[in-house]
Amino acid sequence: MIGLKILDRGTPLGRFWAEFCENRIALVSFWIVLIVSALAVLAPLYAPQDPYDIGKLVLTDARRPPGHVGAGGYVYWLGTDAQGRDLLSAILYGLRISVQIGIAAGAIAFVVGGTMGATAAFLGGRVEVLIMRFVDMQLSFPAILLALVISAVLGQGKWQIIAALVAAQYAYFARTAHGAASAERAKEYIEAALSTPLSARAVVFRHLLPNCMPPLIVVATVQVANSIALEATLSFLGLGLPVTEPSLGMLIANGFQYMLSGRYWISIYPGIALIVLILAINLVGDQIRDQLNPRLKR
Amino acid sequence: MTAQAMTAQAMPAPVLEVRGLRTHFFTRDGVVKAVDGVDLSVARGRVLGLVGESGSGKTVTGLSLIGLIDAPGRIVEGSVRLAGQELIGLAPDELRRVRGRRIAMIFQDPMMTLNPVLKVGTQLSMALRAHERIAAAEVRRRSVAALGRVGLPSPEQCLDAYPHQLSGGMRQRVAIAIAMLHRPDVIIADEPTTALDVSIQGQILHEMQSLAAETGVALVWITHDLAVVSSLAHEIAVMYAGRVVEHGAADEVLSAPRHPYTRGLLESVPGEAAPGGKLLQIPGSIPALVDLPPGCAFRARCPRADALCEAMPEIVGDGLGRAIRCHHPLEAA
Amino acid sequence: MSAPLMELRGVSKRFVRRLSLGDRMAAKLGAAVETREVRAVEDVSLAIVAGETLGLVGESGCGKSTLGRVAAGILPPTTGEALLDGQPVMSRGMNPRKLTTRVQTVFQDPFASLNPRRRIGDTIAEGPIAHRLVGRAGAEAYVAEWLGRVGMDPGYAGRYPHQFSGGQRQRIAIARALAMRPDLLICDEPVASLDVSIQAQVLNLFLELRRALNLTCLFISHDLGVVRHVSDRVAIMYLGRIVELGPTQAIYADPKHPYTQALLTSVPRLKRRRDVDRHDFRPIAGELPSPLAPPSGCHFHPRCPAANDTCRRIYPAHTALAGDRMVACHLHAAKDGAGLGASGLPKAVAAP
Repeated sequence: MIGLKILDRGTPLGRFWAEFCENRIALVSFWIVLIVSALAVLAPLYAPQDPYDIGKLVLTDARRPPGHVGAGGYVYWLGTDAQGRDLLSAILYGLRISVQIGIAAGAIAFVVGGTMGATAAFLGGRVEVLIMRFVDMQLSFPAILLALVISAVLGQGKWQIIAALVAAQYAYFARTAHGAASAERAKEYIEAALSTPLSARAVVFRHLLPNCMPPLIVVATVQVANSIALEATLSFLGLGLPVTEPSLGMLIANGFQYMLSGRYWISIYPGIALIVLILAINLVGDQIRDQLNPRLKR
Repeated sequence: MTAQAMTAQAMPAPVLEVRGLRTHFFTRDGVVKAVDGVDLSVARGRVLGLVGESGSGKTVTGLSLIGLIDAPGRIVEGSVRLAGQELIGLAPDELRRVRGRRIAMIFQDPMMTLNPVLKVGTQLSMALRAHERIAAAEVRRRSVAALGRVGLPSPEQCLDAYPHQLSGGMRQRVAIAIAMLHRPDVIIADEPTTALDVSIQGQILHEMQSLAAETGVALVWITHDLAVVSSLAHEIAVMYAGRVVEHGAADEVLSAPRHPYTRGLLESVPGEAAPGGKLLQIPGSIPALVDLPPGCAFRARCPRADALCEAMPEIVGDGLGRAIRCHHPLEAA
Repeated sequence: MSAPLMELRGVSKRFVRRLSLGDRMAAKLGAAVETREVRAVEDVSLAIVAGETLGLVGESGCGKSTLGRVAAGILPPTTGEALLDGQPVMSRGMNPRKLTTRVQTVFQDPFASLNPRRRIGDTIAEGPIAHRLVGRAGAEAYVAEWLGRVGMDPGYAGRYPHQFSGGQRQRIAIARALAMRPDLLICDEPVASLDVSIQAQVLNLFLELRRALNLTCLFISHDLGVVRHVSDRVAIMYLGRIVELGPTQAIYADPKHPYTQALLTSVPRLKRRRDVDRHDFRPIAGELPSPLAPPSGCHFHPRCPAANDTCRRIYPAHTALAGDRMVACHLHAAKDGAGLGASGLPKAVAAP
């Protein structure tokens, strides 16, 4: 099966990858995520039409079914939406936005939350209590509510959405990092590092955090999928990205009114793309989580 | 009377007899032959010390005897007879009837035997009721008696305690009490004192010794600690890489070991050696059990090895209870 | 004779259960809130002379590991101080930090004391690079040298801890500690987790390195046989206090404190001679008391066959005995030998 011998079995990552490949579903999902992300990010290079360029839209081709040949001999493979956008291109661009936002929000939340949690666990005492109570308070709000409020305050735009998503999600990373770091903190290799003595920064970033990676990575995959779904929700509700830069959520929203009249493709195809992406990410995350669980001794 | 003659005379029919036991683990990395041809026997009221380091297969042997081997492991061959009844190949419910009632096991970590969320009394009553139908009052009476027999002070209070409220030594005594509840023929003890403090170790060993003598239960004591085995066991079997390499009366094996590994082990203990001096060490380390090369497994570390050792030595007994698996055994003293 | 290399003066370490906000408020309102205090180490004074190996023996809960951590500069003492050549090992104040690299530790668990996600070469080189004992350029050769000295193939520097056996990991841990060029090496149960045959190898390695590098050591263990083999002097601890101290051979041949006597007779020992009665045990009666609730007076009195009324009420003072020995027992009180100073060394030697 593809991908089996990529990494050297001696390293921890190599062993992990070898075991990962044994689960066919996870492996397929992994390739789906990789390929879809690559296709999405490279969309501007090959997409038939640039859906952001309003000048290119042909209004007379609006709401055409898949396969329709439009003005200029152009085949709309997945049909068009209410503004005459080629749905295939719109979906590709929309995926691109989703992937960009999902990964950016996930990565930034990972760094911010992970550092907060690990540092809190390392320092202990009042600092730890302060940081973690703040994180706990945040966790009691539903993520969607938080994202909505911040998004409404900050206005529309890609970076505004990312900021809202990070604010809604860093707490999960912080809590997970704190739990893992508290457990690692008591272990002897941390004591050994402290007794050399090494500086606090070296201990946290070179010893503590790397060993908290397993649960953090699981949270990261889940949160990337969540970010994508949250962003789609925000766009569906009209917040988030402007109308001229449609994301998958907005495409789904726009096509909603046409569902019952038979023009299903405007909502369904973006919906399918969204589902496939999120599902694949979740399946990969599931496999990672199962592998990182303490296993039965063989 | 020589020790050998005494052993021969005192050897009643064994209550547990193991012949040719092979337990293999079929893992992703290959077949691990954890136990590869083990013969053992224990008589009533006697203690057999099963000695070995990590990777010797002693724990897997113990688990095989009581039928607790799970996938990917499997007993591939051999016979385990408990008072004449063959245990290998028994149907699961048959095995469950035997386990706990006629053969019991004590583990190194008493928290493995004891459920942390149940009171001690509850656990004892569950163990009792698993094999017999008894009234509640009788259950309590027998539980108190069992705890008293293992030397626990205030047994009634112990019944109402949770395991975490007891010390390590007390928990292990509870585990022993549970094992003794149905007066089994054989108890397998897997390093039960290793995790305990040295002074408590002494107490537990003392208890077990008197229990074996009084009730006639046969003990298979699995350990890596030669000091413990020297104080407790009547017979010793030394295991290396899944096979028994030497067995015999404890006196004999300890004072005059004939297998180079046994001698190396005994000399490695810094008990009698001159302080500060170099200990006699066995070079190298225990081989990985996956794809073990043919021939004597100890060959790579043995000062007496030669071309002959590329063939697996058979276990050779002298008919009086002493047996060695070696092409070049050390001289009999 | 010069001043001792390491001195522990009146060291006590108490762990107090931190009260939550709710408990503190309840206490302010007058409710009786239980404060649990574990006296892990209580008023310990010890001196280690350069070049000697001091063994520290005791069972679990006796505080030997805690004392080792105080000496190593990992834990700050509650009272008292740990001094290396007269200088404190840890800073005082809110965030105590270790001030010296001259004391290093080899820990007990070879599976937990190495960072599983770092190559062992990086782990060994990290400390020396951080403290400028070697530059980044010379690090590789430095690591190779130390791996060779602990009997391992220098080519293993690029491997991860899980690829090694327990004995090999312990060698790596020794290399890591010694790469910092310490004057004092603290070994906290270094061979307890190892198989007997590997134990012998690591002990031999330890003795050889000690000789070659002229190391001073504090060797903590519960194994009486191992301690006897490597130590010049030995201190016996029970529930946070030192109950007996003196040259190893003298203590093993003629223990004075009832606990030491009981320990030496009750511990199962490998008896190889045919005629020795192997099956008689004389275990110490009673349970090990919990450090949360140590008995009054002499902590050992509930289990001591010779306890009297004074033993139950008053903790015995340290009594000096002939031959540089010390014992904390009322039965030996009022027998004054050469006079030991507070640090456990003959008065002529203890620093002024």
